[in-house]
Amino acid sequence: MLEEVFRDQWARVFAALVSFLGDVDLAEEAAQEAFVIAAERWARDGLPDNPGAWLVVTGRNRAIDRLRRDRTRAEKTRLLDRPMPEEVTMEETSIPDERLELFFMCCHPALATEAQVALTLRALGGLSTPEIARAFLVNDETMKRRLSRARNKIRAAAIPFAIPREHLLPARLSAVLAVLYLVFNQGYGDGRADLAAEAIRLGRTLLDLMPDEPEAAALLALMLLHDSRRAARVRDGETILLHDQDRSLWNTAQLEEGRALLDRAVRSGASGAYTVQAAIADLQTEERIDWRAVAALYDRLRQLTGSAVVELNRAVAIAEVEGPRAALAIVDALHLDDYRYFHSTRAELLRRLGDTVAARAAYLGALDLATTEAERRFLSRRLAEL
Amino acid sequence: MRYALLINERPGAYDGLSEDQRAAISAEYITLMKDERMLGGERLQPADTATTVRVQNGEPLLTDGPFADTKEIFGGFYIVEANDLDSALELAARIPAARLGGSVEVRPLAER
Repeated sequence: MLEEVFRDQWARVFAALVSFLGDVDLAEEAAQEAFVIAAERWARDGLPDNPGAWLVVTGRNRAIDRLRRDRTRAEKTRLLDRPMPEEVTMEETSIPDERLELFFMCCHPALATEAQVALTLRALGGLSTPEIARAFLVNDETMKRRLSRARNKIRAAAIPFAIPREHLLPARLSAVLAVLYLVFNQGYGDGRADLAAEAIRLGRTLLDLMPDEPEAAALLALMLLHDSRRAARVRDGETILLHDQDRSLWNTAQLEEGRALLDRAVRSGASGAYTVQAAIADLQTEERIDWRAVAALYDRLRQLTGSAVVELNRAVAIAEVEGPRAALAIVDALHLDDYRYFHSTRAELLRRLGDTVAARAAYLGALDLATTEAERRFLSRRLAEL
Repeated sequence: MRYALLINERPGAYDGLSEDQRAAISAEYITLMKDERMLGGERLQPADTATTVRVQNGEPLLTDGPFADTKEIFGGFYIVEANDLDSALELAARIPAARLGGSVEVRPLAER
């Protein structure tokens, strides 16, 4: 129960403290301290009327205290540039929501992508450093260094805690969306449902903060549409392809929400890569899939992204419209030897063409590159059935 | 907040440009110098005028030419006073070298 309140409040409290203190390290310490005090006090006395404001005020006062005692540190922060604030009182309950500023600071393109992702999960998702380390398969120490290096650059280079000016906004917003989609994909491929859920949660927060941004709506739609099929994608530890999935396992509430959001995005003019991908995911939830339309959308996506992986997916749709031979011609022209789905797609097409020998080699190639047990099981069974 | 904008040029970036084009680029550099955020800046002579010094056993060792043999050559710098990184980046992106095959490195100065 407390944990839930903490999770809900972390980003707001942290954002308010960054804004007040002008320093991410100080804000991190102050926020942590405030949450520790809250954990003690709230367990004993119950929740205050406004938990968020309580945490911000406590964090501020702790930080001011600390800076009074430690002038050398105070000198390092910009707090010294203004008069030292008086202790803030509990009466001040209207704390502005500055999470959007926090999003743009954490996803600033002057930071390496992996740093952007880690910072966003820490600052906005409230995940602990070990949790983030586990999600990205690095050890705690590495993740700690990555976060501290990023925080150091924010301070040293004065990466702004601000909503970018209008001419910068589209590029900066796509950086934020890219981070969320990266988190989602980290949770999607390997079945880390918690990360996918976190990405969706962050996507909701972002859309709440920028309700008029069609691309933000499109990305949330895309994540919801994909995630709605999560439960059906693996059965008995084995990957299940779309047309073999048990539709009764699909999360219809998520599906409906995703569709509605896609609608909203398209009506307000979204036409970017997330929109096209969401539209494809939507078409693929139909009882009878319109593969011609899917292929056309992949073609559009290829124009937007120039990606060979997209072309591979278009080939899968073409196989349904024109047959496996036309699809194989597309696939064989791609240079994706290191990509597991390149081999598994070729294998499926070759199998359908009755070329057992070539199909076997391709399945083995895919098996070599498979990253999850569910995939390996699927590929092994396909091999055995040849 | 003070930043150095370190300008790396692609050798030969000006080759084949007309007199007018060169004048237009020079004008851009001059316009940049007039920005209120500019504290100063200098343009270096070509790299083949450089002498590199190392001291070994107390003796200066001299080499003709720049230290690094790289694709880009350090050609000059600006020192700017900007509110935040975005403001410094905005100036950096207007430096002609950045679109002529070179690059601009934006580094905060150490506080004195």
